[in-house]
Amino acid sequence: MAEKDYRPMWKDLGLNLEGHDQLLNVLGQAYKDIYMTQEDRPKGMQYLDFVISEAHGLRIEELMETKKKGNKVIGTFCVYVPEELILAVGGTCVGLCAGAEIGIDEAEKVLPRNTCALIKSFMGFKLAGLCPYIQASDLVVGETTCDGKKKAYEILNDYKETYVIEIPQMKTERDRTLWRGEVIQFKEKVEQLTGRKITAKNLKEGIKIANDKRRALQRLSALRKATPSPISGLDALLVNQIAFYDDPHRFTKAVNDLCVELEDRIQKGIGVAKNGTPRILLSGSPMALPNWKIPFIIETSGAVVVAEESCVGERSTRDLVDEKGKTLDEMIDAIVDRYFKIDCACFTPNVERKNHILDLAREFKTDGVIHYSIQFCTPYTVEAYKVEKVLQEKGIPFLKIETDYGMEDMGQLKTRIEAFLEMVRG
Amino acid sequence: MKTAGIDIGSRTIKLVVVENGEIIYSTLTDTTHDPLEQCEKLMEQTSFDRILATGYGRHFFETHFDVLTVTEIKAFALGAKAIFPGCRTILDIGGQDTKVIALDEKGTVSKFEMNDRCAAGTGMFLEVIAKTLGYDLDEFGKEALKAKDNIQINSMCTVFAQSEVTSLLAKRQKREDIARGVHIAILNRTLSMLKRISTEPDIIFAGGVAKNPCLKHLLKDYIGHEVKVPLDPQMVGAYGAAMIAQELNR
Repeated sequence: MAEKDYRPMWKDLGLNLEGHDQLLNVLGQAYKDIYMTQEDRPKGMQYLDFVISEAHGLRIEELMETKKKGNKVIGTFCVYVPEELILAVGGTCVGLCAGAEIGIDEAEKVLPRNTCALIKSFMGFKLAGLCPYIQASDLVVGETTCDGKKKAYEILNDYKETYVIEIPQMKTERDRTLWRGEVIQFKEKVEQLTGRKITAKNLKEGIKIANDKRRALQRLSALRKATPSPISGLDALLVNQIAFYDDPHRFTKAVNDLCVELEDRIQKGIGVAKNGTPRILLSGSPMALPNWKIPFIIETSGAVVVAEESCVGERSTRDLVDEKGKTLDEMIDAIVDRYFKIDCACFTPNVERKNHILDLAREFKTDGVIHYSIQFCTPYTVEAYKVEKVLQEKGIPFLKIETDYGMEDMGQLKTRIEAFLEMVRG
Repeated sequence: MKTAGIDIGSRTIKLVVVENGEIIYSTLTDTTHDPLEQCEKLMEQTSFDRILATGYGRHFFETHFDVLTVTEIKAFALGAKAIFPGCRTILDIGGQDTKVIALDEKGTVSKFEMNDRCAAGTGMFLEVIAKTLGYDLDEFGKEALKAKDNIQINSMCTVFAQSEVTSLLAKRQKREDIARGVHIAILNRTLSMLKRISTEPDIIFAGGVAKNPCLKHLLKDYIGHEVKVPLDPQMVGAYGAAMIAQELNR
């Protein structure tokens, strides 16, 4: 690991240095315990290990470099933010810290205690001064995917400019019109922020960069259909998490390289788990970096996660933007259509999601589905009931878990997951 | 071949030795602050050829003695099925958790649910409230059974319920009526879990709390058919683990 001293940069960014040191220590240890203890990891994961080790160092330095050149950094929390528009004008889109139980005391000064862990986490990271990404961002983009986030952004805006995109709740033509208006308004916001016009030429490039990244992730996902799985669920999740942080060109290449290695493994019959290891589809709430809790328990209980039906996973990579558009309008429409397909649980009735889960369960030859929802995440927690029903009809074993980022229920969860796996094995 | 099952629970550790499907030895001790030492003591008092661990402490036992483990869900399922072959539903209320397990016709687990991280409505809850009312645990259920009225207890959180009970005592309410109210509160919580998973007979009630006569009585009343309690309801998990260990030998 590079031993460069980033402290002056962190200080300039206004981070709380002491707290940040502690955070890096804890995360470093967690990564060692969870990731480096895995056996038979693909070599291609070394790049991801490096990115993680430099997530708060080199990557932030790169962001500061691009900012010096007059480019903008835009921080986001959701797969609904049309990244293409940011990329078109040379901007960088980064996911913001929201996956660890950090700064909870600070967060609970402004948020109710019964708030989902993800929301509490991003507020905590900001208020405790521990997320270099939000500090480096020129703008934060929020979205109205749930009441908790929607209202929390009003508060976050007091500390950092937060632009909120309205997400419709249904998928009628009227909703599409609303959504199209939101995409156009966001385009104008990006143009105003950067002082650069979005044109057919640069948007075409933006669409290509984002699609290439998704294509690489789709390729990775498809390789996990192999038995035995050539990569652990933890590693594949990490790749999907890093997708929100890394330079898209470099990342896409690294993922494609990893896929070449995995294709070779599959050909040789090399996998991370023995044949007969239960294959699990993990479905539900987003797992923001470094939230590895549930896949870690699953994979240390003798199963392998083969797909994530999650915003950090299939939901963000399933669809591409149609690249046939020639005019700016056609491209905007293609973006509108692509994002409008996302099957977030904030939509009603959201039948698409249930169908996608069934498709994934079949295509990935899964032995069972574990539904994970963050406690107090109403959309996913409630939708779990309908998910269970459709899976039950097909005779697919199902386990519902509701938890937060804390570690005090690890023992309970381990018992439940182990018992589920015993049930799946029969 | 003599096989043992050890069930390391939050309050007690249970050890059962089985030979040819019959229990030949069973014992129980408190978990205390040093569960490992307690396990060693239990094992010294008997002999067996193989042991399988279950319960919340199974993983430290696994690491220390290099033995196989099974979850308490599977152990209780097998144990209950061995005792009552017609078993389709198991309710286990232990020291700090409650679980409901549904079995299919063949006796395999088809669905289960455990309480989350909170000990509301479990043995620990009963202990705390019994103490607040000045009962020992054996008296508690018997006295509640004698009560004429129920007093509604609104809180299922151990801490809140304790203060609710204290304030009821301050209002000079009869303690057996409060005791019954506490049992009804646990009953309601347990019933909602049963309704989500299964209420198909035979329903087996196991775990330390199954020794409570009032809860058994209330369950029967509300479900509408008999609830079967094994002679030694605390040993079901250890027995199940010992039976699984028998299977492993074949």
